Amino acid sequence: MAIALDRLARSFLLTELVSGMALTLRQFFRPKATISYPYEKAPLSPRFKGEHGLRRYPNGEERCIACKLCEAICPALAITIEAEPREDGSRRTTRYDIDMTKCIYCGMCEEACPVDAIVEGPNLEFATETREELIYNKERLLDNGDRWEPVLAKRLELDAPYR
Amino acid sequence: MAKVVVDGIEVEVPNGATVLQACEAAGKEIPRFCYHERLSIAGNCRMCLVEVEKAPKPVASCAYPVADGMVVKTDSPMVRNARRGVMEFLLINHPLDCPICDQGGECDLQDQAVAYGMDRSRYHEPKRVVKDKYMGPLVKTIMTRCIQCTRCVRFASEVAGVPELGATSRGESMEIGTYVEKALTSELSGNLIDICPVGALTSRPYAFVSRPWELRKTDSIDVQDATGTNIRIDNRGPEVLRILPRVNDDVNEEWMADRGRFSFDGLKRKRLDRPWLRVDGKLKPVSWAEAFRAVATKLKATAPDRIGAVAGDLVDVESVFALKSLMTALGSANLDCRQDGAAIDGSRRDFYLFNSGIAGIDRADALLIIGSNPRVEAPVINARIRRRQVAGRFPVGVVGPVGLNLTYAYDHLGEGTATLRTILDGTHRFAEVLKNAKNPMVILGRGALARPDGAAVLAAAWAIAKAADALRPDWHGFNLLHHFGGQVGALDLGFLPGAGGKDLGAMLNGGADVLWLLGADGFDPAAIAPGTFVIYQGHHGDRAASRADVILPGAAYTEKDATYVNTEGRAQRAWLAVHAPGDAREDWRIIRAAGEGLGVRLPFDDLAQLRAKMIEAVPILGQPFAPRGCEDTTGPAGDVAGLSAAPFALPIAQYHLADAIARASDVMAECARTYGEVPALQAAE
Repeated sequence: MAIALDRLARSFLLTELVSGMALTLRQFFRPKATISYPYEKAPLSPRFKGEHGLRRYPNGEERCIACKLCEAICPALAITIEAEPREDGSRRTTRYDIDMTKCIYCGMCEEACPVDAIVEGPNLEFATETREELIYNKERLLDNGDRWEPVLAKRLELDAPYR
Repeated sequence: MAKVVVDGIEVEVPNGATVLQACEAAGKEIPRFCYHERLSIAGNCRMCLVEVEKAPKPVASCAYPVADGMVVKTDSPMVRNARRGVMEFLLINHPLDCPICDQGGECDLQDQAVAYGMDRSRYHEPKRVVKDKYMGPLVKTIMTRCIQCTRCVRFASEVAGVPELGATSRGESMEIGTYVEKALTSELSGNLIDICPVGALTSRPYAFVSRPWELRKTDSIDVQDATGTNIRIDNRGPEVLRILPRVNDDVNEEWMADRGRFSFDGLKRKRLDRPWLRVDGKLKPVSWAEAFRAVATKLKATAPDRIGAVAGDLVDVESVFALKSLMTALGSANLDCRQDGAAIDGSRRDFYLFNSGIAGIDRADALLIIGSNPRVEAPVINARIRRRQVAGRFPVGVVGPVGLNLTYAYDHLGEGTATLRTILDGTHRFAEVLKNAKNPMVILGRGALARPDGAAVLAAAWAIAKAADALRPDWHGFNLLHHFGGQVGALDLGFLPGAGGKDLGAMLNGGADVLWLLGADGFDPAAIAPGTFVIYQGHHGDRAASRADVILPGAAYTEKDATYVNTEGRAQRAWLAVHAPGDAREDWRIIRAAGEGLGVRLPFDDLAQLRAKMIEAVPILGQPFAPRGCEDTTGPAGDVAGLSAAPFALPIAQYHLADAIARASDVMAECARTYGEVPALQAAE
């Protein structure tokens, strides 16, 4: 009987409504969590796994040595590599394709790479209008690597103490 | 026998066996680099250390003979510690370049480093670097990776019989190499790649091509020589990337000849991948239906005795059987599988087989080679002869050209048939040698039969074997050495002129109006009489295809389930590794379909039915192989009196270019240039 009376009093006095409104009012004075996305961006961890890139050494030589470990470890079978000896006898890829529609962005390729050649960068804005554009070839990946190199190097440096 | 206890397991091994063999008998795996079952013992890698009770130090098990009552521990802390130490020493100078090493993924050192290696190095001094050596167009060297196990040195001098590899200097500056820079002159050089436990010797054509885990493996049989080498074809997608030998102690042990191993790149070039038809003197691509229509029209308009069929050297038994069935149904007996014109007597199987068996070489105690150079005709068989010769008390006599290098010592008896006559009448000194031997062997090269007096040579060789008492129920000493994997199978099926049938010579000289060539590239197509309608069925646009009026594209040996019979008469099965390119089909299907167009329904619809019919016709093809003795010493048809005076000439002058697949291969062309088989100018064309 007492419980029923209590409930009745609460509903007539609109306490739930008031507490709800109070919450809204409190949020109103707090700083905003939403950002204006294309103009503002949330901070990313140095381990964020975004678009891939193939890096080069400072002297411009590509790092990838066609060891195919990334291809072997890729759980989505998104990487395809073909290799042959370059004129100078070094082991190089003639083809390095990543199917970005297959890729699950797990970062295993990065982990497997013995020379830090394939990396997943911070870029997540690579949506395209067709699927074909998401099949990256070696040229595209090297281009990505060149474009993001300062950021990629910084990320690796930040992550190095934990490896 | 000695009783040895290995890790508590008691095993009995023969006296003189090594501790390592005892451990293997007990099922314990001992890591090793320098030890190899088929090579002499070096004992220099020290990886196989085990603990022997009452021995003060760990002992190298590969080089330590067993003694009765020995107690061996293979997994004690002392052993593990010792092996760990050895591994650390081995890795001191081994570069950390596994990611770019072709051996990566199938490397003994890599595998054993996982078991016995440390995760970091304590060695901070500079590593040693060794200059790479040139060993020819097939073997690529990265000598910095070498761990000086000397397997390659021992292989070259013991098995291949070309002592061209060796170690110079000692200690840290020890280097493996050819003393003078030159390509290895061995037909077995590809095996160096297999026996190298690290990535120091790798395959040059396969350099950086692929990783072992990407490859699909298919068991098959090498058809490019008559040994019947058991092979494994590794492919990725539609492409054959490499060919490796499988172990078969009775045939090839674990070796393989270079032509079979490296010429597969020829399977991608000069291929016939669609039917062609000659219209107004020019070959035009057509559909299968049009090609079959042309074949049917021509065959229907031709009298059966004017139709002929020739089987090639690399064909499988199933296709030959299908073609023979078709020809029989058409009423033609003009069949021949002897493209070289060899006077082979197909009336009995032991007239054309390597009857002693390849393993039988080990039992033989005297050998006469007639008109053959086994080193280029069957390098793996030659290696076995060499091993037998080196083992001692094995006189080898050769009747053939002067100056052959067979890799072992032999007695050159003469160049021609005159010597055969003297051996036959017993006046030659070697006749005595053969007579005194318990298991004498006569190897007759197929090339020695491809001459006008071939039948007489065959009869003479048989008679020599008979005179030496080599034809006994327990030992058959007459051996014919064939050159290619398809030759014996066709003979077994009796693909020879039937009653009233014409042989190859007669068919070429206008004896046939329609000639069906099943992969027959072995003779000069200019010999075909003009006006003969030529149907060429095969896989390569080699010599004969250019003369053809209809080309029916077939499958190569990697591209079909097939059976091949090797020179000793062993029928072996090969499986399809990749599919034939383009419109090309398996050969027996083509013949079956062509028969349909002619209104001849061959009595099989699939491979299983075909095989059943084939085994019904020739039961021997369905039986497991067993070497047979000689029940009947009656000789083949030829007459010894017919021997001419001409010296024996060898059929294979260019080892690396001996068949259609090899002729299309760039790697083989490179080898031929390197080894001076073709003048540089001709090769550049």
